[in-house]
Amino acid sequence: MTTEVSARVTLAVARRVLLQLRRDRRTLAMLLVLPCAIIALLRWMFSAQTGSGFQGLAPALLALIPFVVMFLVTSVTTLRERTSGTLERLLAMPLGKADFLFGYALAFGAVAAVQSALAVGVSIWWLGLHVAGPTWLLLVVAVLDAVLGTALGLLVSAFARTEFQAVQFMPALVIPQMLLCGLFIHRDQLPGFLHAISNCLPLSYAVDAMTAVSTRTNPGVGGDLAVVAGFTVAALVLGALTLRRRTA
Amino acid sequence: MTTSPIAVAGLGVVRGRVTALDDVSFEVPAGQVVGLLGPSGCGKSTLMRSIVGVQKITSGSVSVLGEPAGSASLRSRIGYVTQAASVYEDLTVAENLRFFAAVLGVSAQRVEECVVLVDLARQRNQLVGRLSGGQRSRVSLAVALLGDPTVLVLDEPTVGLDPVLRRDLWATFHRLADAGATVLVSSHVMDEATRCDRLLVLRDGRLLVDQTPSALLESTGAHDVEAAFLAIVEAAS
Ligand SMILES: Nc1ncnc2c1ncn2[C@@H]1O[C@H](COP(=O)(O)OP(=O)(O)O)[C@@H](O)[C@H]1O
Ligand SMILES: [Mg+2]
Repeated sequence: MTTEVSARVTLAVARRVLLQLRRDRRTLAMLLVLPCAIIALLRWMFSAQTGSGFQGLAPALLALIPFVVMFLVTSVTTLRERTSGTLERLLAMPLGKADFLFGYALAFGAVAAVQSALAVGVSIWWLGLHVAGPTWLLLVVAVLDAVLGTALGLLVSAFARTEFQAVQFMPALVIPQMLLCGLFIHRDQLPGFLHAISNCLPLSYAVDAMTAVSTRTNPGVGGDLAVVAGFTVAALVLGALTLRRRTA
Repeated sequence: MTTSPIAVAGLGVVRGRVTALDDVSFEVPAGQVVGLLGPSGCGKSTLMRSIVGVQKITSGSVSVLGEPAGSASLRSRIGYVTQAASVYEDLTVAENLRFFAAVLGVSAQRVEECVVLVDLARQRNQLVGRLSGGQRSRVSLAVALLGDPTVLVLDEPTVGLDPVLRRDLWATFHRLADAGATVLVSSHVMDEATRCDRLLVLRDGRLLVDQTPSALLESTGAHDVEAAFLAIVEAAS
């Protein structure tokens, strides 16, 4: 495995991925508008109710959306890269595997930053979400989440042969995490076994961090963020192992 | 120590349950256009992948420019065109070339040269997905030319092209070879053989012929390569 990273090549990969995304107007619109629309829908659902339903759910959604969206977009994009032969061509060139992975992570991390900034902005200034902690920390969590989604998407693309199969990983890997992350039932109210499982899932920590930032003025989210970052690095390393220069 | 730009010795490759290559040995001299011919499924792509170093091999050895195929130092010295045009359909011709140029670390100037070399100057700002199949494979070829490679491995680059374009591409290959490059071109169309300096003919993963076109015709007494191929197959069975 090539370990040295070339800034030139990493940036070239990131720029190219962003250029492709810019060409795909519909995907871009989905990436930027859909999260805002979903949060607005959530606000609307709770508009006839008293209590803090929206306030309780919105932070979790702000953690969930970038993760899910980037997982899907990355798994399909990199699968295309694998099946079209462009990955084989790149790996026959002086391109380090890390350049490829970091290039993707950089591009989708940047998209996630814009996406989350919009969703957080809409939530706070238009939908009246109250954030007790620093707003920028919400963005940090969201971007980290998106990069985690990107890393996992890269990894699963190795196990799919068609785009249809790639999309199927979403219910398999993402929905259980959604159920157990604290969105529906507080994690400490889950049955012991499920609580233990939810402790092993990265999204749980992302949602914990988001909830902490929105409810506490001085949220200590370093631990949660470290866990999410750890999962991201692990997924990237495993993803690198699936990028084979030589295939059968 | 071998001095041939491409040296293959006792190469065997098993893909799944298929023996794709069986005990293939040959050497290719510098400055020549070498044709790799044979029917579909005979192992041309597998052999080319082995030379580029992206194929897992079962036995034997492949060396390129004196180093084992797949060595990191070879990656900037080999140009490889896969059978399917491996370029991004949602980018323009120029954007594709600029991206691969950045990966290779070559100049923007070289991008323009390669666009002209494959005769796509007028299409440079068109999306690759909107080009014809022949134009698309020329984009792929342009990418392979970017790094000014010493060894060019081209997998069926002329398939589906009109005769004028085919002739022009072969002329390009010869110009590159005259400049010192080694050009290995595969085709399943036997009549492309006459355009090569040297021929390698594969059948069912075995190397049947390693000769110049004229020597092949002379030794078999056939008047075209297709007939020579049939004569050799019949003699072997
Ligand atoms: N990815 C693969 N997995 C298993 N077998 C393969 C694969 N690709 C090609 N083969 C088999 O290897 C043999 C040689 O194929 P190939 O090198 O593509 O031939 P050609 O390029 O001459 O048409 C064929 O029998 C083909 O079915
Ligand atoms: Mg082939």
